[in-house]
Amino acid sequence: MTTLPMIDTDIHPAIEAHLDMPAMLPNDQLPSFEGDRIIQYREALREAMSEEMRHDKRVFLLGEEVAQYNGAYKISQGMLDEFGAKRIIDTPISENGFAGMAIAAAMSGLRPIVEFMSWSFSFVAADPILNNAPKMLYMSGGQFGCPIVFRGNDGAGGQLASTHSWCVEALYANVPGLKMAIPSNPYDAKGLLKTAIRDPDPVFFMESERMLGDKAHVPEEEYYIPFGQARLAREGDAVTLVSFGRPVHFCMEAAERLAAEGIEVDVLDMRTIRPLDIESIIERVKITNKVLVVDQSWPFASIASEVITQICERCFDWLDMAPARLNTADVPTPYAKGLEYDYLPNPERIVEAVKNMID
Amino acid sequence: MSKRMPATAPQSNDSKAVSSVTNKSNEITPAMMLEWLRQMQLIREFENRTMQAYQQAKIGGFCHIYSGQEACCVGTIAATNDDDPIVTAYRDHGHALARGMTPEACMAEMFGKVDGCAKGKGGSMHMFDKPNWLFGGHGIVSAQTPLGAGLAFAEKYKLEVMGEGKKKVSLAYLGDGAIDQGAFHEALNFSAVHDVPVIFIIENNGYSMGTAISRHTANADNLISRGQSYGINSIEIDGLDICHLYNEFKPFVDQCRENSRPGFVDLKTYRYQGHSMSDPQKYRTKDEVDAFKDKDSIAKLLSDLLGDGLITEAAWKDMQSEIKDQVRAAMDFAENSPIPEAGELYTDVYANPEKNLSPTATYTHGTKNPLM
Repeated sequence: MTTLPMIDTDIHPAIEAHLDMPAMLPNDQLPSFEGDRIIQYREALREAMSEEMRHDKRVFLLGEEVAQYNGAYKISQGMLDEFGAKRIIDTPISENGFAGMAIAAAMSGLRPIVEFMSWSFSFVAADPILNNAPKMLYMSGGQFGCPIVFRGNDGAGGQLASTHSWCVEALYANVPGLKMAIPSNPYDAKGLLKTAIRDPDPVFFMESERMLGDKAHVPEEEYYIPFGQARLAREGDAVTLVSFGRPVHFCMEAAERLAAEGIEVDVLDMRTIRPLDIESIIERVKITNKVLVVDQSWPFASIASEVITQICERCFDWLDMAPARLNTADVPTPYAKGLEYDYLPNPERIVEAVKNMID
Repeated sequence: MSKRMPATAPQSNDSKAVSSVTNKSNEITPAMMLEWLRQMQLIREFENRTMQAYQQAKIGGFCHIYSGQEACCVGTIAATNDDDPIVTAYRDHGHALARGMTPEACMAEMFGKVDGCAKGKGGSMHMFDKPNWLFGGHGIVSAQTPLGAGLAFAEKYKLEVMGEGKKKVSLAYLGDGAIDQGAFHEALNFSAVHDVPVIFIIENNGYSMGTAISRHTANADNLISRGQSYGINSIEIDGLDICHLYNEFKPFVDQCRENSRPGFVDLKTYRYQGHSMSDPQKYRTKDEVDAFKDKDSIAKLLSDLLGDGLITEAAWKDMQSEIKDQVRAAMDFAENSPIPEAGELYTDVYANPEKNLSPTATYTHGTKNPLM
């Protein structure tokens, strides 16, 4: 009998003893969110991957144009030079094939990071990423884990029209066995991606083409952001806005405009969808008694639907009115600039929704 | 005698391939032939009892019987090392047994019991055996093909990047129906581009469920052209004669390992039962099935052994009787193994089960897998 050298043979039930997870700190013990080391969102992602690859040779990156081209969106720029072609791997345009291949590598004890140029292209890999990665541990009775990260651009880019503008979070978050992170800023992008790479379960990591150039402070020191730990991005008393990913920015802009009219709202950035930090939502709902979930997926069976259901289950009596949701318009993503803007849960729509809840 | 002499290494159509195989070490010994006979008969007997248990409703779901194809898994696995990873489709009982899973663990899994290889969570189509490097039976046609490439990729990565392990080959088994899937072509292309030492073994039983091969795939009598079109070393092998199979396949495996290149094998075989237990088999005649039963792989090997005086009729009877007892013991074991406790429903979902992963469930770690 031979045993695999790379994965803990005792992944169950002794996982805690073997898990190479760094300390996960609460928000108030993490490095400061504010500071003057300003880098782009894409650089934060690159730093996270590079640091983890230096730390652990099991980690590698593969995807379309990640190596010689330096990344279709320059996220992996320079990584081929540092890590070489055996760890930064260009793939053919065949997501089904390379996602499945990477999953088997994860089952074998490696730690693949799979870059989808866009999550819109992940559907041709739906079978491996949904049928294999999140179910392997269960189907094998605890024998084979799947420590893998799938990451890429999610949501409307800029006039990319219907097939290239998918928000996959509501579709994929439905599946047990996977975890999902949706960072809204460079600080979170780095801290969450480092945690995702260390996590022994499959992590679906959603970025946004529209945020890759966003600049903000990212600490010099190493840090990991725990999954299931939301950040209160803005504190108010009128309404709690619950959001994640790019729409957090729409919420922050709406909050500014509302503040100018004397209305102060909360903005709660969830950071991860699965796990969902429902306790932080409840805590704020008990203060504001009104909640609006701002979600860039379509309304039917959306993340907002789930969040609102959990709110009703957990703190119904604290609500002064029905919880509300603001999703993208329930149509395929349009191309025309103005139509695309109207389609999104944009600041104007958020302001209007909040005012409807206050009047 | 020629059947036990190794064939010359298959003609390469792979520009990167350079044969460095010495055929001496590949010679078939009488002990190997006897062991293959035992394994093939074990699978045949195991499947007979599987069908009985299915008809008694002790086994549920979809259940695909391997009878007729025994030489395929036994002969190919014999040509690999014990720590070469393999992956297969849903017709997987034979591969599990040939790889060394106990009949007890295999049958208990189908009975949905805690002593099954997946603690009763996988069933007939999902045989996993980590200690024996079996990375699953997989239920979606051809989904295991990219996985097979990934297994070989991972072992190569460990050796080249991490300086660990050794040169390995992975085997990815698929049926002829699976070659029509896109995943198959993507896996071949990736493996060829990245020099991945995976061997795609088409267990070609002539049917994609109920659709005959000439009706489901183009160029059906020349499947190796699929591999060749990607520059992959490709051979066709008669999968009903295990000695011939081994003689052809062993140098092929050695070459893929040595050159770190993929391979493609059209392994001609036949299944005696329907696609699954619920198949009335109206798409083929009894005459066709009988014609193949006349070429039965176990009967062929037995006749070779008898002819060469390597086994006696009495010894064969003893072997059959021992196997019957062995499988009967596995049936008893499966019957008596406990059903999973209700709490097992929520285990093995996450390796790191944090809170708030589900609105309705609290996940925990499960009991230790019986194989580990």
